Amino acid sequence: MKQNSNNPVTLKAENLTKVYGSGHTEVVAVRNVSLAVSRGEIVALLGPSGAGKSTLLTLLGLIRPPNMGKIIIDDTIVFENHKAKVNVRTFRRQKFGFVFQKTNLIPFLTAAENVRLAMEIDDQPAKASRKRAMELLEYLGVAERAENMPSQLSGGEQQRVAVARALANRPSLILADEPTAALDSVRGRQVMELFAKVAHEQNAGVIVVTHDHRSLEVFDRTFEMEDGQLRESGSQ
Amino acid sequence: MNLASRDIKHNIGRFILTTIGVGLLLMIVMGMGGIYRGLVQDATLLIDRLSPDLWVVQKDTRGPFAEISRIPSNLEDRILAVPGVLSSCGFVSHTLQRERKNKPWRITVQGLSWPQDKGNWLPIVAGRPLWKAHYEMLADESLKLPLGEKVKFGKDIYTVVGLTRAMSSPAGDGMAFFTLTDAQSIQFDTSGEATRLERSARYARAENLDLGLTQPQTMERTLGPVSQLPALGPPVISAVVVKVNRGINPEHVQSIISKWPDVSVYSSEKQRQFLLSGVVERSKKQLGLFRRLLIIVSAIIMALIIYTLTIDKLHDIAMLKLIGARNIVILNLILQQALLLGILAYGTAYIIGHWTFPFFPRKVVLISHDLWLLAGIVILISILSSLIGIAKALTVEPNEVLA
Repeated sequence: MKQNSNNPVTLKAENLTKVYGSGHTEVVAVRNVSLAVSRGEIVALLGPSGAGKSTLLTLLGLIRPPNMGKIIIDDTIVFENHKAKVNVRTFRRQKFGFVFQKTNLIPFLTAAENVRLAMEIDDQPAKASRKRAMELLEYLGVAERAENMPSQLSGGEQQRVAVARALANRPSLILADEPTAALDSVRGRQVMELFAKVAHEQNAGVIVVTHDHRSLEVFDRTFEMEDGQLRESGSQ
Repeated sequence: MNLASRDIKHNIGRFILTTIGVGLLLMIVMGMGGIYRGLVQDATLLIDRLSPDLWVVQKDTRGPFAEISRIPSNLEDRILAVPGVLSSCGFVSHTLQRERKNKPWRITVQGLSWPQDKGNWLPIVAGRPLWKAHYEMLADESLKLPLGEKVKFGKDIYTVVGLTRAMSSPAGDGMAFFTLTDAQSIQFDTSGEATRLERSARYARAENLDLGLTQPQTMERTLGPVSQLPALGPPVISAVVVKVNRGINPEHVQSIISKWPDVSVYSSEKQRQFLLSGVVERSKKQLGLFRRLLIIVSAIIMALIIYTLTIDKLHDIAMLKLIGARNIVILNLILQQALLLGILAYGTAYIIGHWTFPFFPRKVVLISHDLWLLAGIVILISILSSLIGIAKALTVEPNEVLA
C-alpha cells in the first residue's frame, strides 16, 4: 500500500469485503480490499467491467455499507464491518464530492444553482455560497455559463459544473466514476487533467474509476481491480 | 434556494395545465355546495321574505310547499276575527309552463292580497309595485320580461309594471306576482265550454241541496261567476299567512286556530322545516354525495399527479441524497409543490367559478363558511396526496444515481 507521504491520509480502507446475495447466488463483489489515499493525491481504479470498481467506489463513498472491513475518513471510523459509526449522509455532505459518467446535474437548476445547492443543503449562508459557486465556475472555466440550464451546456461544460459542485464544500475526497466515458478523447483528457489540478491545488484526495488508459500519466498511482481484488499497478 | 419553485418554473406549462385541470374539478365541488345553498335559499325565500308568524293550511296537510293545500278564501276573514291577529293574507302559488320564443318557459304565479299587499316588501329593482286590482304583474328578472311587456295568461292580458331580483321558487323557476284574484283567475282559467259545464254541474248539485230547494234565488246564482257564489264554489287559496299583534304570543293564536276542525296551523319555523326536510333533503343528500365523491376523486387525482411528479424526479432525489441532502429538503420539495398545486387550483376554481356560476341554470350561492371549509379540505388532500410521493422519495437509495 503506497501513498503520498507528504500529505495526511484522508481515506483509509481496511480489508473491505462486499457480498451480494446469499447461498448459491452469493457474489463477492469486493474481496478484502485495503487502500489509503492522501489529500492532494489522485489515484485511478482500473479494471474490466464487473471487476468490482464501482462497488468499491460506493463503499468508499459511504453509499453502501461493507459486509466486512473498516473505513476511516480523516481519522474518524465511519464503517466498522456493516455498522455505520457516524451519520453517513452528513459525512458525505461534508467530506465528499462525487462526479459520475452522467453528470447528474439537477435539470431544473442553473449551473450556478447546482453548485450552490451542495453548499445550501449544508446550511451555508446564501451570500457566501453564491460567491463560492461563481469562484468555482470561474476556476473551472465555465463562469460565463453560470445562468444556463444543464440542457444548454455541452457534455464537457456539464462535467466541469459537476466537478465544481463536487468541490463546493471543500471535500477531503472526490470520487469519480467513469467521468470521461461520455466525452471525446480531447475533452476526456481535459477532464482528467482537471481532476489532477483539483487534487493538487484544492488539496483533496481524488479517486477515479476509469477505463480510459490514455490519460494515466495524470494519476499519482493506479490500481487494477479484478474479481473484486485490488492491486497497485503503478505510481508516478 | 427553493427547489419546489425552481422545478415548477422549469416545467411551467405542465404545471399550469395540471393546476387548471385540478382547479376545474374543485370548481365543480365548489359549485355543488353553491347549488345546495342556492336550493335552500330558493326554497326558503318566500317564507323568509313574508316572515309571517303562522301558516294556516288545509287540515292534515303540511302546507303549500310540501303538498296541495286548498282552503276557502273567506278563511282570511275568519282568522282576522281571532283575538290577537294583526293581519291575514291569502296565499296562492302555482307554476305554469308556457312556450316563449319557442322554448319552454316556467313561471311561478304568486298571489298578493291586494290592496293590503302591493308587493312593497319585494326587492323591486325597476318599475313600481302593483297599483291596480287587476291586469298588472311584477316579474322576476330571470323571466326576462321587460318593463311594459304585455303577457297573456288565460283570457286576460297582464302588463309588467315592476321587476324583482332573485325571486325564484323552490324548483328554481322565476316568480311573477299578481293580485290574489288575478292569480286565482290564472290558476283556474278554464275554457268557455268548461265553465258552462261547471255551471250546469253546480246547478245540478245545488238542486239536490236543501238550500237549493228552499232558496230558489240561489239556483239562479249558481249559474253566475264563481266569485259571486263563494259558498258553493271550489276552495281557491292554498294557505293563509297570519301576523299577530306585537306583544301577542303566536303560540296563543295558534292554539286557538288549531282547534278549528277544517284547518291545520303551523309556525313559520315549522313550515321551513317541512320544506327543508321534504323538498330539499333528497337534493341535499344527492349533492352531498356528489361532493364527497368529487373530493375523493380530486384527492386521488392530486395524489397521482404528485406521485408522477415525484417519480419524474427520483433520479434527482437520489442525487440529492447522495450529496447529503437531509430528508426535510426532499420532503419540502414534494410537499411545497403539492400545497402550491392545491392552493393555486383552489384559486383557479374560485375565479372560474365566480365567472361561470351566474350562467348555471340553478342559483349558485357561495358562502364564506363553505369556501373556508373547502380550502381546508384542499390543503388536507394536498398534504395527504403528497404523502405517497414522499413515501416513495424517502425509499430511494442514493446508489440509484449509479443505475
